[in-house]
Order: sequence, then C-alpha cells, then structure tokens
Amino acid sequence: MEQILGNLSLLAEFPVINLKIIVDGLMIGSLFALAAYGLALVWGVMNVKNLAQGDFVIAGGYVSWWLAGLGLPPLLGVAAAFAVMWAVGWVVYKLVITRVIERDMFTSLLATFGLAIMMAQILNLLFGSDTQSIQLQYDTLYFFDGFIDVPIAKLLGVLLAALLAAGVILFMKASRMGQAIRATAQDARAARVLGIDTEKVYAFTFSLNAAICGAAGAIIVMVWVIQPFYGISYSIRSFVIVTAAGLGNLPGVIAAGLGIGALEQYGAHIFGIGYQQAVAVLLLLLVLVVRLVQQRRMRRSLQ
Amino acid sequence: MSGARKSAGMPIEARRIALYLVLIALMLAAPFLFPGFRTQLAALWLMIVVALAWDMTGGQMGYNSLGNVFFYGTGMYVAAVITIALAYDVGEYTSAAGGGIHAFTDAQYFAGMALGIIGAGVFCAVCALLIGYITFGLRGPYFAIGTLGVAIAAGELVSNWEWVGGGQGISLPVYPGDLETGKVVFYFLFAAAGIALFVLLRWLYTTRFGAAMNAVRDDEEKAEAMGLHTLRYKLAAWSIAAFFVGAAGAISAFQLIHFEPLETAYQTINLGIFMVVCVLLGGKGTLWGPVVGAVLFHVFKEVTWNYLLGWQWVALGALIVVTVVYFQEGVMGYLMRRKPEWFGIRVGREAE
Amino acid sequence: MSAIIEIRGVTKSFGGVVANKNLSMTVEAGGITGLIGPNGSGKTTLFNSIVGYHPIDAGSIKFEGREISKLPVQKIARLGLLRTFQQTRIYGAMNCVENMLISLPHRKMRLAQSFARNSAAERKRAAGLLEFVGLYEKRLLRAGSLSFGQQKLLEFAMALMNEPTGLLLDEPTAGINPTLINGLVDRLKRANREFGITLFIIEHNMRVIMDMADTIYCLAHGEMLAHGAPREVQNDRRVIDAYLGAH
Ligand SMILES: Nc1ncnc2c1ncn2[C@@H]1O[C@H](COP(=O)(O)OP(=O)(O)O)[C@@H](O)[C@H]1O
Ligand SMILES: [Mg+2]
Repeated sequence: MEQILGNLSLLAEFPVINLKIIVDGLMIGSLFALAAYGLALVWGVMNVKNLAQGDFVIAGGYVSWWLAGLGLPPLLGVAAAFAVMWAVGWVVYKLVITRVIERDMFTSLLATFGLAIMMAQILNLLFGSDTQSIQLQYDTLYFFDGFIDVPIAKLLGVLLAALLAAGVILFMKASRMGQAIRATAQDARAARVLGIDTEKVYAFTFSLNAAICGAAGAIIVMVWVIQPFYGISYSIRSFVIVTAAGLGNLPGVIAAGLGIGALEQYGAHIFGIGYQQAVAVLLLLLVLVVRLVQQRRMRRSLQ
Repeated sequence: MSGARKSAGMPIEARRIALYLVLIALMLAAPFLFPGFRTQLAALWLMIVVALAWDMTGGQMGYNSLGNVFFYGTGMYVAAVITIALAYDVGEYTSAAGGGIHAFTDAQYFAGMALGIIGAGVFCAVCALLIGYITFGLRGPYFAIGTLGVAIAAGELVSNWEWVGGGQGISLPVYPGDLETGKVVFYFLFAAAGIALFVLLRWLYTTRFGAAMNAVRDDEEKAEAMGLHTLRYKLAAWSIAAFFVGAAGAISAFQLIHFEPLETAYQTINLGIFMVVCVLLGGKGTLWGPVVGAVLFHVFKEVTWNYLLGWQWVALGALIVVTVVYFQEGVMGYLMRRKPEWFGIRVGREAE
Repeated sequence: MSAIIEIRGVTKSFGGVVANKNLSMTVEAGGITGLIGPNGSGKTTLFNSIVGYHPIDAGSIKFEGREISKLPVQKIARLGLLRTFQQTRIYGAMNCVENMLISLPHRKMRLAQSFARNSAAERKRAAGLLEFVGLYEKRLLRAGSLSFGQQKLLEFAMALMNEPTGLLLDEPTAGINPTLINGLVDRLKRANREFGITLFIIEHNMRVIMDMADTIYCLAHGEMLAHGAPREVQNDRRVIDAYLGAH
C-alpha cells in the first residue's frame, strides 16, 4: 500500500514521468490496436471470435526472431512474418474455421481456444519457454534531461505499425477484395446474391488477420519480449479493445488500443510490474461492466 | 399405448438399477482392485465433479463459462487458509514458506480438512452469487470471455498476494498416517463429492428448476417474456456448481500438499478447459454425458501421456479442436439420436 | 370500466425511422381492444415498448396505474402483463406439456418451490388448457414438429397457463388455417370472458377484429389515425384510405 502511494506521489512530483508512461503506452498500444483490428475484422465478417488472436501475434514474433537468428534483417522479418502467418491463417481456416462459421458462437470460441493452446505448446516445444527478443543496434533519444528515453527502435516499431495499418485500411477501401470483404460483413447472403464468393472472402479475411497479427508480433519482438504463453494476454487485450470500441469502429479501435496501452503502463507503474497482466484482465472486466450498464439502460443485456 | 409403455418400462427400470449397483460396487472396489492407480482414479472423480458442475450452466442453461476453474483455485486457497489459521498466523506461516517448524496435530489436520472443504464450498457458492450477478448480464461470447477474465485475474492477483504465499504458492501438512491410506481417503473424498453431485443433479433436472434451466438455454428471451426469474435460476445453478467445484478444489489442496496460483490453482488452460472438453465429448446437457466424457477424456489423457514425448499438450489442444468441430453432440448425444430406445421411449414418460 | 393500460405520448424511433409518434391510448380492464394498421405502421413496435422490449424515447406507459416504461421485460411479465410474438416463440425441443409447465406463473413461485416436481394439479391444468385450444391429442409431440398454426395455439395456451391479467396478442390469426379461425376467435373471447383476461390484439383480419373488439385503435406511419367503436373505425374515411393505399 505504501509502495502504491509512493508511486503515486512520484507521479505527482515529477510530471514528466507521466509523459514517459504515456509515450510508452501509446507505442505498445498501437500494436494492441493492430491485433484488435484483425479481431474485429474476422468477428464482423464471419462472426468468429478468435481466441487464438494473441497466439498468431506471438507466432509471428517467433518467425521473425528465428529468421533473425539465421541472419535475416529484422525489418525483412516483419514481411516474412506477414507471409508465413498468412499461410498459417489459411491452413487454420481450411481445417477449422470454415467448419465453425455457421455454428453457434461458443463453438468458434472454444475451437479457437483449443487452437490457442496448441499453438502456444508448439512454440514452447520449438523454441523453449524463455523470453526472447531481437536487439536492434539503434540509439536512444533522450528528452527532459534524460527523464524520458525513447529508443529509436521503438519509434521505428510504431512507424511500421502505422504503415501496416494504413496499408490495410487503404486495401479495404480501394481494392476489389476489400470491397467484397466489406459487402460480406454487411450482409453475407446479399453478397452471395451479388456473385461474391463468400467462402473465398472468409478465407482471405482470416489469412489477412493472421498476417496482420504476425507482422505485429514481428514488430513486438524487436522492441519488447515474447514468450510462448504470452498469447492469451494479447487475445484478451484485443477483446477489451473491440468490446470497448464496438465492431466496425476504426477510430474507436485505435483510440481504445492506445488508451489500453497507456492504462496498462500506468497500472504497471503504480502497482508494480507483476500486476501488468492483472491490469489487462481487470480492464476487460471493467469494460464489460461499463458496456453492461449501458445496455441495461437500453433494457438489454450484452450479447 | 400406456400398456405397451408399462411392459416395456419394467426391464429398462430393472436394467437401470442393476447398472447403478454394478457401478457402485466398481466405485467402492476400484482403489483396491487397482492399487497402483489410486491417484489417477481420484483425479478421474475430480474430472467427473467439475464436468458435471460445468454442465449445469454450460449444458443445461446455455451459459458457457470458461472460468469455472476460478472456484477450483479459490477452493484450494480457502481450504489452505482455514486449515492454517486454525493453528497458526497465516502471514507468518507463508513467509516461512510452510517450513518444518510448523507442525500440525492430527486433530488440527482433520478439523482443518472438514472445515476447509465445507468452507471452500460455501465461500465459492457466495462468490458465484456475487460474480454471477454481474456476469450473467453478459450473453454468449461475452459471458465466456468475462468468466475467463475473472479466473485469469484471480490467478494474477493471488500470485501477487504475499499473505497467501504469492507466486510461490502455499503448503499444507501431509496426510498424517500411512501414504497409501491417504490415497484411499482422497479417492473416497472425491468419489463422495462426485456421487453427491450426480444424485443431486439426477433429482434437480426433474424439478421445475430443471425445466426452467432448459428454458433459459432454449430461448431466454421467451423465458423472460413469460416472467421466469431467469437471473435467480442462473445464480442458484452456478452457486451449486461453485460449491462442488470449490469443495473439489479443497480436497485437491490437501491431496497435492503444495500448490501455487497460476499452474495449479487457477489453471485456466488445463483443468479450466478440460472440464469443457469432457462435457462436449460425453454430450452437453445430459446427465450422463459429463460422466462418460470425463472417463473417456481421462483415460485418453493417462494412456497417451507417456507416449507423446512432450507433445501431449499439443495433442490435447488438437483433441479440443477435433471434439468441438467434428463431434459436438458427444457420446450421449450420438446414442440418443441413434438408439433412442436405450433411454426408454421419451414420448409417454411425461404423460401423466 | 377502468383503464388497465394507459399509454400517453409514446414516441419511439429507430435511427431516422419514427415507428411510433406521440401515441396515446387506453385499454379498458376486462375488455378486448384492437390495434390495426397497415404493415409497418408501428403496431409491433408499440407492443414491444409496452412489454419492455426496448426503451421508449418519450411518453409514459402505465399498467394498473403503475409506470412500467422503465422496467425490464421480466418485471413487467411478473406484474401479469404478457405478450405473444408475431413470429411465434415456443420451446421447439420440448413437448407441448413441457411447454405448458414452463409457463407456470413463476411470479407466484418462491425459489424453494421451484425445487419440486410439477404437481398433479398443474399437470391437469396444463392438459385442460391444451384441450381448450384443441391440442390435447398432440400434447406429447415435440412442439417444434407442430404446424405454424398449432404453434400459435400452443403459445396462446402457454400465455393462459401463466394466468396474466393483461395479454397482448400480435396477429393471433396470421398463418392459421382459415377454417380454424372462427374457433380461435371463439376461444379468445372465452379467455376474455371466462378467465377475465384483458386482451389487446393486433389483427390484420378486419372481419375478425370487428367481431371481437369493443374499441379499436388504428395506426398509420406510426401515428394515430383513428379510434373508437369498431363500426366508427370501419367507416372512417382515413382508415379506408390508409388500407387501400397500403395494398
Ligand atoms: N428493431 C428495429 N430496428 C429498426 N427499425 C425497426 C425495428 N423494428 C421496427 N422497425 C421499423 O419500424 C416500423 C414499424 O414496424 P412494426 O412495428 O414492425 O410495424 P407493424 O407491426 O405495424 O407491421 C417499420 O418501418 C420497421 O422497419
Ligand atoms: Mg407487426
């Protein structure tokens, strides 16, 4: 308790620390937002709630980490993770997802939960349970007499995340496939009537989602650490973000992603680093309760 | 028609009684017939308890919890804290990591065990009421993920709570007496919980309460429109389930002697998901399904464990996926569809 | 007669569509009140507002003098105000008797009482009401295997089982075999007379509603077009135009 109060008074005494926390939070939050965007995409288009979302992220991270060990430049690792996870996503879609789309929601949730367990365990067998990261040889920028340090690598990560997001958004707006995806999300039956091959759209969407996650993971491994069992907390964060923002609300997803990144950093700072995971989950519960109260006012339950 | 039903009904009833007698005899004899497998057999009963409890909300009411393991972990901790508190100061005990300096008399041990098991059940039942009051406003995926969140959060918070040992976990005294006797005792404790829950559910599912549970599952909106106290039924069912899962957790705590929060108590991706798989494998929403599923799953797990050379967890994940995707009706669902006569002709039973 | 349902100035819109606009009406206790109007005129929306299915934008709804416009569905149902669905809702996997037993008035049941099996008296009442709607022969069939019309009858019987004081029926004769409609109308009237249940009925079939109702309200485009005794409404120029215009 004293420690918490101490941490709080530290924040009040040195306001620039807040700035550091927020900057850190926004940087990690941009990656949360990417994964959440993918979750919302799959959820909206094929009504599948993917609990393996975080494991796609971590798997992408390991792809890049493994290739970096073989000498591949980390920036190319992002592209490689995108491609490899695209293929993984496609296989997962054909083996599992396509069979749960028409079923009740718990089926997809549980099937992807089983998938998440499998992926985490496979990564554990392949790469061991130690945390891993890629060390980039870049400088660190200092501001406010060294109070705030921003490694250039992190800035690069955020930049890459933004580029990836921009690319995906542009793709969804401009390309024929993007339009087909949006049409399917609106009304799958109508899309079929219009001659859109929805099965193809589903497969594409799921692969794209896995690829986005994979690229996000490849960025994460450059600036933070990954571990085979970190997946579930990224999945939970994605759910927090999508629940808070709602489906089909891109600005909301970005805002919620950045917000959760910042809140988690605050939580870790105030309660101690051991609580970072707990803060993520408690945020989920908080968001659910808030949405629930809103729905109650609508005489509805949250479904 | 009613005459035909009577004459066809007798042998089914007789066969059922014979089946129950055989099973009871097997249950009593098992730890002595297979003395090398006492711990595995006890674990099988644990699976049966948690699967039956999960099916109460998951199968019978359509509320698929991914967080029932919360009650298991909480039951473990409540039992440990009660037992320790009967003899020592809990904070002091845990900071000494339960070292040898803390001895328990037999009386303290058994009093702690009795109070711990009951206390864990009651505490978890109350937790279910409080948590359920919020989570039962959530439907579908939000309920599943919300309850999963509760279990994960509890594990994280407890692992940061030094008073109960933090991430190191907590230790209980070993069973006072012969090791094999201890194994038999734990076997029968789990078996008693399993049988009590089975008998309770066998009756409960024939009552108005049981019908209301199914109404919530089949069409909750209609149930609300008919004025059913849906929240009340959901809370009552979940707290009964929580009582048994909590009590089972308490028994596990004494059996395991030492446990820690994330891997043992709040093991969201092991026991937390196994109970769901057992139910799916055996057949959701049936009385026997969870029992059959638990047996199948447990046997699969124990038999394959040693041959898979580290890949056993991957195989379990695959089993979950395959069960969910390809065999969701489960054994009982399959049998009911293919062999309805085995279950007595349903039409006519509800007649009078 | 006194008012059992009082609706004052109720407005409800969905996005840009104003489904109900400043509606006021009174349902007299013990009577049969009709609600008519072309398709999409907002009748079902009004029923949904009354039983608490969604929030209303403005206005007040009272049941037996008590404001209910902010209560959730279950609470309103437990006050004794029930509705049937236009797209019939029954428990398809259960048989008819089980459907009836689910529909016992739970508002009169304490939790302890739910931990008991259904009494013989309850089963007898269920059988009696199934007989009343003409489904006794089918009582052991899965409700999902019944025809649409039979399912509607079952839903009606379930509502009666619940012993409501007021019952809102959304197009009870739609989808029912025309030869059976007279029988149904007869049962609705008997439910009103013998069980003392106030009925508020949305009905498309003009002949049916004119025959049953004491008072009729007519909606068009979410607004009140006319109301009064059946004969007055039937001859109202605007009502005739609305129906002709809609078809
Ligand atoms: N849930 C809803 N969301 C959006 N619009 C709705 C909804 N329910 C009804 N409407 C609209 O409100 C209007 C009235 O519908 P409704 O009350 O069903 O009419 P009626 O029952 O008289 O045929 C229609 O234009 C319909 O499209
Ligand atoms: Mg309508």
